[in-house]
Formats: sequence, structure tokens, C-alpha cells
Amino acid sequence: MPGLEDLYREIILDHYRAPRNRGELPVPPAHKVEGFNPLCGDEVVLYLEVDGDTVTDLKISGQGCSISQASTSMMSAAVKGKPVTEARRLIRAFKALMSIHESKLEGEGDGEDLSADLEGVRLGDLEALQGVVKFPVRIKCATLAWNTLQQGLDEFEAGTAPGA
Amino acid sequence: MDRIDVSRIKADFPILEQRVHGKRLVYLDSAATSQKPLAVLDAMDHYYRECNANVHRGVYTIAERATQQFEAARAKVARFVHAREAAEIIYVRNATEAVNLVAYSWARANLREGDPIVLTHMEHHANVVPWQMLAAERGVELRWLPLTDDYRLDLSGLDTLLDGAKLLAVSAMSNVLGTINEIRPLADAAHAAGAHVLVDACQAVPHLAVDVQEWDADFVAFSAHKMCGPTGIGALWARRELLDAMPPFMGGGEMINQVTLEGFVPNEVPWKFEAGTPAIAEAIGFGAAVDYLSDLGMDAVRAHERELTGYALERLGTTFGERLRIYGPLDVNVRGGAISFLFEGIHAHDISQVVDEEAICVRAGHHCAKPLMKVLGVPATTRASFYVYNDEADVDALVAALERAERFFAF
Repeated sequence: MPGLEDLYREIILDHYRAPRNRGELPVPPAHKVEGFNPLCGDEVVLYLEVDGDTVTDLKISGQGCSISQASTSMMSAAVKGKPVTEARRLIRAFKALMSIHESKLEGEGDGEDLSADLEGVRLGDLEALQGVVKFPVRIKCATLAWNTLQQGLDEFEAGTAPGA
Repeated sequence: MDRIDVSRIKADFPILEQRVHGKRLVYLDSAATSQKPLAVLDAMDHYYRECNANVHRGVYTIAERATQQFEAARAKVARFVHAREAAEIIYVRNATEAVNLVAYSWARANLREGDPIVLTHMEHHANVVPWQMLAAERGVELRWLPLTDDYRLDLSGLDTLLDGAKLLAVSAMSNVLGTINEIRPLADAAHAAGAHVLVDACQAVPHLAVDVQEWDADFVAFSAHKMCGPTGIGALWARRELLDAMPPFMGGGEMINQVTLEGFVPNEVPWKFEAGTPAIAEAIGFGAAVDYLSDLGMDAVRAHERELTGYALERLGTTFGERLRIYGPLDVNVRGGAISFLFEGIHAHDISQVVDEEAICVRAGHHCAKPLMKVLGVPATTRASFYVYNDEADVDALVAALERAERFFAF
């Protein structure tokens, strides 16, 4: 039976209590993107600065449960300063982390397609969020930051970003 | 008035025998949906086993039985809320559908662009969104009755808001704050201003004695699943004269009197508003739920909850003091058994997660009242709500679990 320690690893609580990269960036040149979890009111606001093909700066704000806010903080630390391609790989890898375990729990076949997303990607601190899959209702809390990041990157690339 | 004997009542609800995480299930989310007693489950099962047949159509024996039970349940629901006649009870899927029925059928026929509808800040989305849809489509004006610092309706500006209004739509008991609103004075004020009154009685009908005539309302919506009945069925009570004048809601079989290639003539009330094969088993379950609550007596139900809620508020107050903020009145005479709260600096979701470890079911979120959350200045609250099968041991278990949650997230 999954216990609270599976969900609330110390590193998650650390990011919740002292989130990294909190603040705002001037828009433009940064791009602002917001994500909501309609089920419970979690809110993630990202300020993305992309110069060329690198996420040069990233600031986060918002409010919500410990899982959503910790995931946002951990995402910001993982993505800031990285190439956009690396950021996108991290997004896929994180979502695969959430999904692979899910399909394993349900006894479904191989998560081979998803394994490919995880290969070679160093998740570091993010591995602490693995426990979330044992609490399916909270998966959306963990992925909110990543979906918001993806949306922000997509918007930026499509040129619809106000800062583009 | 017989007092509620919770230990005997718990035995009526098979689900409460469950153990979750090895612990006794403590269900504190009746505001979301109530548990069902065996009598309701048996009634529905019996219908399917013994007299399953479509209603209003067959002349054979079991069809007669099904129809008789279906209509008998309607009469029970009608008596439960003191409707003048059974025909004033329209079966709907739930209270949300009831409000939408009024919006589609009554409002679209009677309201014009610019006509004001008065809502309140404490309304559930079911009593907000249909009117917002109408505003977008028809250009009706939405006005909002605000709240006092004590989480009650601020009636100081009521007359101004009602000036020219065509409808006042208000909750009889808030699913978030627990606040009970006195309907009669609101109805009097609304009628004096020329407005009709719709009451969201979803939390009220399960928890206190409701008399729609005493309220002098025009439309009252409530759901079976919050009052020990099954999901998928609810009721719209409305004045007969209004129902007679309203155009049909959905079209199809059952709601017609006559259909030709050229057109149709609708059936009479209530069937005019009940298109297609209804949720027959559910309606019968609804009737059985009414019987169950009637046997307990709604005054006894209310007395039990008032006492239990008082106990809960007192324990929460003495255990946590200022660290736990309660969003709702503290006076049990003006509130029902739904208690929304937050710890300073701990998100509702996280509280509920820890509490779930103790097999305690509470709700975290916006409770389908996002405008209210905005007014309260919080994204979400945790909510514990009581019903006939809860007792002080349940409250004590909740308090112990909350102590654990507070320690877990202590900074």
C-alpha cells in the first residue's frame, strides 16, 4: 500500500518550502504562459526567455498543492539555461516517468515506446516525483508545470508569443 | 422527535463496513454525494428483478407495477417537500439539469435582452453557468448578491439589485460555507419586485425539512444522490401554473400527446418535461430514499447535524485555534454540516492526501464554486461534511488526522 513517504519525498517538500526561480520577467522579451488544474485550483505561471535555441531565463510563480509547486520548482531548475531541444526531451521524459509506472501498475505490456523517451535523459532530482504515479489523482498536479512549459515553448516557436 | 441513533444507522449503510488502508472508512463527503442505505439498494434491485418494464406504455402486469412504483415515488418526493400535487415534481437527472430546464424552458420564453437575473456569490456552478450561458446568448444582465464577513448573504443592497429583476436564483444551503439562507424573506422581496424565485435546494432537502409552499418559491431544484438516493435522478419542483405555461425542454417520446407528420402536441405536466424512457430504477430508489429519511424524521436529522457540527467546530477551534481557518459561519443555527477550512500555508490537496491515509474522506478543491473561491481569496479549500451516519468518533478521527497533516507539513 503506497504511503505518504512515497509521495512526499523530502526533496519535494524542500522545493515546496523553498521554491527555486520564483519571480517574474519583463514581457516582452520574455513570454508568459499560465496553466491551471481545473480539478483542484493549482496554478502555474511561467516566464520564459528564449534566446536563439536556449532557454536563457525562466521564472515561476503561481499557487497550489505541494506536488504542483514542487514540480514547477524542480522543472525550472532542470530547464533553465538548457537548449530548447533538451527542455523538450525533459518534458517527454518526465511524462514518460509518470506514464510508464502507470502502465506497469495496470499490468499492461511493455512501455517500450515510453522507455525510449527516458533513455539517456538525466532526470536527477525529478526522480523524486516518481512516487506520484502511485496516487493517480495527483499525476495532473505533477505534470501541470511540464504541460505549461510545453505550451510556452510551442507558443514561442509558433511566433504567437507576445515577446516574439 | 426520536433522536438519531447513529450506531444503528451505520448498520444500514453497507459501504461503511469497508476498511481502507486497514482502517475504518470515515466518510465525510456527503456534500459531494451521500451513501445509500440497503433499503434504497434493495428497492432498485427489486425493481430490476421483479418488475422491470417500461413505464406508461404496457398494459401487462409488470408494466403496471413499474408504472405504479415510478409514479408512487414521484408522489413521495412531492409530499416530502410539501408540493401541492405530484404533478409539480418533474423528474430530472439532477439539480443541474433542473436549473438548465428552467433556463431553457422558462427563461428563454420569458426573458429579454437586458432583463436582470440576481444570483449570489455563494452559488454552485449549476446555478451560475446556465445563467451565464443565457447572458451570452440572450443578453440578460447578471447581478450578484455579495457576502458579509460572516459568510452570509449581504442583504443590504437587495432591493437595489432586485429593481427590475426577473429572477432571483439562490442557494438554500451553501455546499462550501454551510450557510443556510432564509428563503421566504428573499422570495417576498423578489416577488414584490416582480421577479420569480429559483432555489438550489441540493444541500437543503437532504439536511432539513423543506416546505416549498412555505418558501413561496417558484422553482426548486434538488438531487437524489445527496439525500441517500441513487445518482442519475433528481427533481425540479415548480408551480403548476408555471409548468403548464412553459414550452417543453427536451423533445421525444413520452412527452407528447399527439405526433403527426406536421407536428406534435405536448403531454400534460409533469410528463411534458420527461422525454424518453426515464431512469425508472433510480426514481424508485429516490422514493425509497425519501421513505428512509421520512422514517428518521427531518427534524431529527437536522438536530443531529446541528449537534455534530457544533461538536466539530468546537474541536477544530480548541485543537488548532488560529492556525485553522474556517470559511463559514460558526453559529450552528445558521449553518449546515459542511465545514470548509484551510491550514495556514498548507494546500487543501495536501491536507486531503494525508487525511486519506487514515481512511477519512474529505474533499479538496473549489467545490464547483470558483467565483466563491475568488471572493474568499483562496484557490481551494478542504471540506468535511456530515450526514446521518456520522458521529463524534468520526469527528475525533478527523481532528487526529488533521493534527498529523499539520505536523507533516510544518515548516
